[in-house]
Amino acid sequence: MKHTISVLVENHSGVLSRITGLFSRRGFNIESLAVGPTQDPEVSRITIIADGDEHTVEQIEKQLNKLIEVIKVRTLTKDECFARELMLVKVSCPAEKRSEIMTIAEMTEAKIVDVTLTTVTLEICARYQKLERFIEIVAPYGITELVRTGTIAIQKGSETMDRKK
Amino acid sequence: MKMKACQAMVECLKAENIKVVFGYPGAAICPFYDALMDSGIKHVLVRHEANAGHEASGMARMTGKPAVCVVTSGPGAVNLITAIATAYADSIPIVCITGQVNTDQIGSDVFQEADITGAAEPFVKHSYLVKDPNDIPRVFKEAFYIAGSGRPGPVLIDMPMDVQKAEIDFEYPKKADIRSYKPTLKGNAFQVKRVMAELEKAKKPLICIGGGVFAANAQDEVVKLSHTMNIPVITTMMGISVFSDDDPLFFGMLGSHGVPAANRAVNECDVLFLVGARVGDRAVRTPLALEQTTKILHIDIDPAELGKNIRVDFPLVGDAKNVLTQLLERAKPMQHDEWLAQLESWRVERKFATAKKGTVVPRQFIDKLSRRLPDNTVVVADVGQNQIWTATSFHIGEGGRFMTSGGMGTMGYSLPAAIGAKIADPKRPVIAICGDGSLQMCMMELATAVQNDVRVKLVVMTNKRLGMVRELQTKGYNGRETAVFLDGSPDFIKLAEAYGIRSCRVTDDRSADEAISLLAEYDGIALVEVIVDENEATL
Ligand SMILES: Cc1ncc(C[n+]2csc(CCOP(=O)(O)OP(=O)(O)O)c2C)c(N)n1
Repeated sequence: MKHTISVLVENHSGVLSRITGLFSRRGFNIESLAVGPTQDPEVSRITIIADGDEHTVEQIEKQLNKLIEVIKVRTLTKDECFARELMLVKVSCPAEKRSEIMTIAEMTEAKIVDVTLTTVTLEICARYQKLERFIEIVAPYGITELVRTGTIAIQKGSETMDRKK
Repeated sequence: MKMKACQAMVECLKAENIKVVFGYPGAAICPFYDALMDSGIKHVLVRHEANAGHEASGMARMTGKPAVCVVTSGPGAVNLITAIATAYADSIPIVCITGQVNTDQIGSDVFQEADITGAAEPFVKHSYLVKDPNDIPRVFKEAFYIAGSGRPGPVLIDMPMDVQKAEIDFEYPKKADIRSYKPTLKGNAFQVKRVMAELEKAKKPLICIGGGVFAANAQDEVVKLSHTMNIPVITTMMGISVFSDDDPLFFGMLGSHGVPAANRAVNECDVLFLVGARVGDRAVRTPLALEQTTKILHIDIDPAELGKNIRVDFPLVGDAKNVLTQLLERAKPMQHDEWLAQLESWRVERKFATAKKGTVVPRQFIDKLSRRLPDNTVVVADVGQNQIWTATSFHIGEGGRFMTSGGMGTMGYSLPAAIGAKIADPKRPVIAICGDGSLQMCMMELATAVQNDVRVKLVVMTNKRLGMVRELQTKGYNGRETAVFLDGSPDFIKLAEAYGIRSCRVTDDRSADEAISLLAEYDGIALVEVIVDENEATL
């Protein structure tokens, strides 16, 4: 099962390597990892999508909590958060296919960010599953390049990572 | 106050009441050594950096407080890693200071540069690479606090040379305030009640203690709980010597190398109360079976240990001393006569075989020796068969202390750890017991002992083999013994002579008695070599 783990950390150099080191050392699988600053310049937020059973996730949380620079760890369930991932994908697209791809883009709320004689580059921001479906749809045209940011997630409602509502 | 950063490092150590540091210098740590020279802090020059860490570890186990080791950059730092990992595995608080190349050279592979914070990351509780000299006071304060609090462990401070040479305004912080590090100390009151209720309900309760009892300095509390409620106790290797072997409620060490009474007890009890024991694989091989038949209560300061190796019915996060004190407030006298009688019947009187000519039976020797040494003797077991012999045969009297590398099983731990322990508490007798293999991993430290007149005793069990591995090969690899023969070893008696150390060899009962007298009575460094059968079994 996939889990969305949000981690608030001190914005020190070396923190990210401690966290990724912990995952590999303890045999936890990282599916994706996204990191960036928060409203507090001293705090960064890392969102990790990890694979494993309940016991594994509990261990991940506890082991993360032991790292001195980890301020807060929280596993977010699907229902309690908005999760988004940004993807850019370059698809082979000769002129005669352009309208087809444009229709797909419209239907999927993807954006066309670049067009050449032979390719189209699309941008889509959505939940993980939607991106997977999008890939399926454009794959037949020939994907020449694909890049994703990894999922980020935020809780629904007024509750935040470090404060209950 | 304005001062040089290296002087500030020394002031930090003084503020932490550090009287001794173990170390080995090199170019990148010279500024610190220069400041240390006139500080009044004693420096013990080891003969290999790993032993600086082990000596600090032996000292920390005795004092319960972080002890300090210092090494240079590159090879010095890398040599220390074994000791860091060893301390980490046993949750021993040490603060390791490493020299580093100048900050502007970091990352360029200059002479003696090693990414030590990176390399040691899996084995440290925390580490710092200090790039701003003004951080020194805070970093040192935090390092000692982190190493010694919560679940203790090694903390590394990497100090670039230019940072050591800078000038700073020094003021040592009164407190370390780390917003993301607040160890849970007291047990949850509700959970304490539930655990007590389970202990009271139990027909066949059993307490299993581990190294966490020492880490929390909770020896008295756990003994009191056992005595008040009449609950029998067994131990992991790390918990040996919390209870005296003379305590009628104590039934010895469990696990693959443990004694039958303890192992039967753990299988037959209905409630198992783990206190600072993490249920390592050497202690409990089949946690699954145990989970099914037994209710498990577990105190640990590290929440990650609760439910990690065994499913726990009643977890209790907290410092063992505090939690046991909370439990003691509720503890009432109980009777478990039938259960205790059953356990008593499982105790086996040890019978020793007669020794082959020219050898003695190691466990018999250790048993006899331990009964001649004062009760408060500190015994440090190395790794291998000698460790198990010592763990199961050294009779622990009231106030005795046993220590060993339990989690990592690092050969060569005993002599340096004994030196550290002896320096920490010079009045107590300290004896290391090792094999002829493990001695050769640390015998350079004999010089450290001689140079500093550290009056440790050393017993070497010579079987001319890496005995424990030899036994594995005998049993598991059709007797194909390979790479376990220690031919070429020096004559240890002559070696001791070369160091100016008193020594003798044990080959029979008479020489055993003489050797035991030497170990018990001589006030100086002594080495005793005990010749044992090359095919002697571990158990
Ligand atoms: C540093 C290190 N290297 C290798 C081992 C693997 N090992 C475990 S026991 C042992 C043999 C120890 O031999 P010795 O010190 O002579 O003790 P004995 O078993 O003969 O009592 C070895 C090699 C280890 N534990 N530590």
